[in-house]
Amino acid sequence: MRRRVILIGLLMLLVGLTIWITNLEWIKEGVYKPFTWGDIMSATISHLEMVVIAELIAISIGVPLGILVTRPGLRRLATPVVGGVGVGQTIPSLAVIAIMAPLLGFGLNSAIVALFIYGLLPIVRNSYAGINNIDSAIVEAARGMGMTRGQIARKIELPLALPVIMTGIRISTVITVGTAELAVLVGGKGLGLITLTGVFSMQPLTILQGAAPTAALAITLGFILERIENSMTSRGLKVKAAMA
Amino acid sequence: MIKLDLVTKVYPDGTEAVKEVSFEVEAGELCVLLGPSGCGKTTTMKMINRLIPITGGKIYINGGDSTKMNENELRRNIGYAIQDIGLFPHMTVGQNIGTVPSLKGWPKAERNKRAEELLELVGMNSGEFIDKYPSELSGGQCQRVGVARALGADPPILLMDEPFGAIDPITRVRLQDEFLKIQQDIKKTIIFVTHDIYEAIKMGDKVALMKEGQLVQYDTPANLLYRPKNEFVEDFVGADRALKGLQLIRVKEVMTSSLPTVKADEKAEAARERMEQEGIDWLVVVNDDGKFLGWVGKAELGKGELVKEVMNSSAITVTVNTVLNEALSLMLSSGANNLPVVSKDNRLQGVLSFDIIRKALTEVSQRRQSE
Repeated sequence: MRRRVILIGLLMLLVGLTIWITNLEWIKEGVYKPFTWGDIMSATISHLEMVVIAELIAISIGVPLGILVTRPGLRRLATPVVGGVGVGQTIPSLAVIAIMAPLLGFGLNSAIVALFIYGLLPIVRNSYAGINNIDSAIVEAARGMGMTRGQIARKIELPLALPVIMTGIRISTVITVGTAELAVLVGGKGLGLITLTGVFSMQPLTILQGAAPTAALAITLGFILERIENSMTSRGLKVKAAMA
Repeated sequence: MIKLDLVTKVYPDGTEAVKEVSFEVEAGELCVLLGPSGCGKTTTMKMINRLIPITGGKIYINGGDSTKMNENELRRNIGYAIQDIGLFPHMTVGQNIGTVPSLKGWPKAERNKRAEELLELVGMNSGEFIDKYPSELSGGQCQRVGVARALGADPPILLMDEPFGAIDPITRVRLQDEFLKIQQDIKKTIIFVTHDIYEAIKMGDKVALMKEGQLVQYDTPANLLYRPKNEFVEDFVGADRALKGLQLIRVKEVMTSSLPTVKADEKAEAARERMEQEGIDWLVVVNDDGKFLGWVGKAELGKGELVKEVMNSSAITVTVNTVLNEALSLMLSSGANNLPVVSKDNRLQGVLSFDIIRKALTEVSQRRQSE
């Protein structure tokens, strides 16, 4: 409850800051091309668009990938896959994004591919860990009671791993909102345009005009995903968390 | 009911976990697989429901070759309770118990009814617990639910892998007693794995003692204690076999049931007279309904007018079904020379003393060894 109050307060602060800067007279006149409230709104929407598309791809590839490498026949792929994706994450996000331009050309697509690759790790890692960390006694009990492989996956493993998988998706989304600031460098859109304009024209307040809505977006998405995560988690698992 | 014929398990790396084990468990019998860790007892049990595939020999369930049956069908007809309990944490107690019934396609109402029945059977209030989650239960309650879940679809056979392993000794003894009582009614054919010889002797109709993958002796608990087949069995049973033999005797077999009592409302003088008549120096104090209240000794009689003013109240009691070694350990730990034997509603049924236990002990070991 207290956390929620802090979050909402922070959110209002960030939005208020953006509105205040945008309405400053000298900002409107000072910079050669001032950003209006409309510019910020459309940049936010295209920022969100990029993040959502990149995340949807990352989820639809990352979750199955993470789960597949826990299956008996594919288990030996777990280390290379999880490790490989992990190495990918150690490359600075700027480098990942920058390398997309020579590879795929300038444009929105290269930006989305870069974001998708960068957002993959937490999803793969958490999907893998979520399934892999289930107490083996539970799975053995299910097997011993006569559940088929499919039934064990559907009724036991997935529901138990779901909170961990959802956490991975949430972390990935929040990270991607930040990384998407750089998308503009390879021809993407989004709030990065405003922030980077501020950086290059050395206008701290313009930087804030882009950075504050980005932070607000990250907080909002994180909050929404946390609620979804919560509503998808069995009460039996939450009671445990509360007692531990 | 269950027949193992030269059952063998060799792992791909050459380890022989189980070597040509053969034994037969009759319907309604509880067979304990006993042995030190790594002796192959759990492997043997898991081969029965094919969690571990056998590499040699045959296992027959109800006369049929188990490897020819559908694996999942076979498991749904064999109740399974394991040491780590393995309750599904995201499901309620009711859903956990209803797992196999649901796999068998029972309608929901029937599953619920069954879960309620089973909860009551294992001594839990169904209304209170059916919608709780495993994380809201104590260790002992989880074990009970584990047993109830194994009984879910009323399977004729139960496999239990140290089902009372991970709980405190007091709760364990209580669960063992309760389970034996339940087994008298349900008469399942049970394979029960344990490394605890006390538990084996107490629970088993038959005990299969294993060592390094081989069956050393398959016998009744009494024969295991008093007619060990070889040195390993003797060592495993231990030098204190006489004490372990106490596990085989229940209080009702040896207790004194005719005993002098006095009512709490009687005068201390009346108590003194009765003691003199009987030639003893203590009496059991009961209330008007015959319920046990405590003890009164000769030395205390002078301190008051009524028995209830001078008696020592006590709550340490045993029941007719308590095994003697538990009664003895209760006597030693409480310092009492005599223990009252009471019924469920605390009505006095008899008395147990050190003398009685000693007599029973010599008789039993003499009898078994001369047999």
